[in-house]
Parts: sequence; C-alpha cells; structure tokens
Amino acid sequence: MIQVEFLGPIQKEPLEVNITNLNELAKLLQNDAELTQWLENSAVAVNDALVSSLEHPLKDGDKVSLLPPVCGG
Amino acid sequence: MLYLYDGSLDVPKILKEWYEQEAKSNYGAYIPFVGTVRSEDGIDGLSFDIYEPILGSWFASWQQKAKEKGAVIKMAHSKGDVMLHESSYIAAVFSPKRRVALEFIDAFVEDFKASAPIWKYDLIDGKRVYALERSTAIAGSGILGVKK
Repeated sequence: MIQVEFLGPIQKEPLEVNITNLNELAKLLQNDAELTQWLENSAVAVNDALVSSLEHPLKDGDKVSLLPPVCGG
Repeated sequence: MLYLYDGSLDVPKILKEWYEQEAKSNYGAYIPFVGTVRSEDGIDGLSFDIYEPILGSWFASWQQKAKEKGAVIKMAHSKGDVMLHESSYIAAVFSPKRRVALEFIDAFVEDFKASAPIWKYDLIDGKRVYALERSTAIAGSGILGVKK
C-alpha cells in the first residue's frame, strides 16, 4: 500500500491506496473535485524527496506527500 | 543550524546566542534578517504549519552551500501562532568577509520564500485563513493536475 498525505492547508485525511506509480495516483485524485485546485498548485514528494515526473515508480510502503504553495517568514 | 520554536521568537536571546556561538570562530561578518508580523488587512497575527522532514533536507542543502563559501547559516522559525509585532523568522549568515554574507543572505531568504515547506495563515477573528495569494507554488508543482 502507498500512503498519501495532504500537507498544510489541504484539509484532507491521509489515504492508503494500491498503486504502482504517480500516473495512477493522478488519475485517482483527479476524480475528487475538492482536490482540483490543490492538484494544480501542489508539489509532490515521495518519501520526503520532491519529484518532478509522474513516471516515478512507487513500491509498497512508500509515502507520497502533496505540498501546496508555501509562504514562510 | 535550524531551530524551530512554538510561538513567537525571542529575538534578542536568539541573536545573542548565535553571536556567542560564533564569537571565537574568526568570522568578520554576522548578518541577520529578522521577520516581524506587521499590522495590515485587519489581521490579529499569523500562524504557521511546518513540514519538518523536507524543511530539514532543504536547510541541509543550504548549509552545504554556505560551507563551500567558508560561511555558516542559521535559521529560526515559529510554529503555530505569532501575534502582531512579534517575530516569526530569523536567518543569519556568518562569513569571513561581508560580501559573501550579504549575497548569501539575499539568495537564502529568496529561496526560503519559494521553497521552504512552511504554510502561513492570517489570524482573523480567531480563525486561521490560509494566505494563498501571498504563497508561492514550489518549483515543479502541478504534475498531479495534468490530465492525460
């Protein structure tokens, strides 16, 4: 299973999903209308490292995090 | 070094501690930047969420860049609520000569604003309101939103 967590202001509980890459996660999350805006402006990390491609493979136990726009300081 | 605190920062204490930590390190320049919550748009203060695992790795990469220039970088940030005229952020660079520190603090704070996984909320009438319009999408954002 892959754990998906939504950080900061995205008010959504973590999910556990059975997928093998980020393409599958994109299709899954695009079905959730509440997430549309967040999918368009969030960065994605796998096991706390930012990734830039949907081809990124996932293995059992991986954690995917969505990071919406930031503003520290 | 990276320091996270619950609530506002004790700025004089932190600046003094950092000064004393490096007092014998032979740095010629100590350049701090302090971020303070201003009164605007009727807010009572700001509030912050931090994702510490990625903040830690982001900061480590800047520590390495500083080391390559013979400098040291330190940063303190608040978690939770920080009220008007209190401070939530301090960054400081120590370096042998001033030019490196002046340029480094500028580059560091700009990347901090664009990349550090920290989320800001306005405190208005006891509610936390995400400051989306003042926030920046991290480089590479949006890949999950692309429809195929």
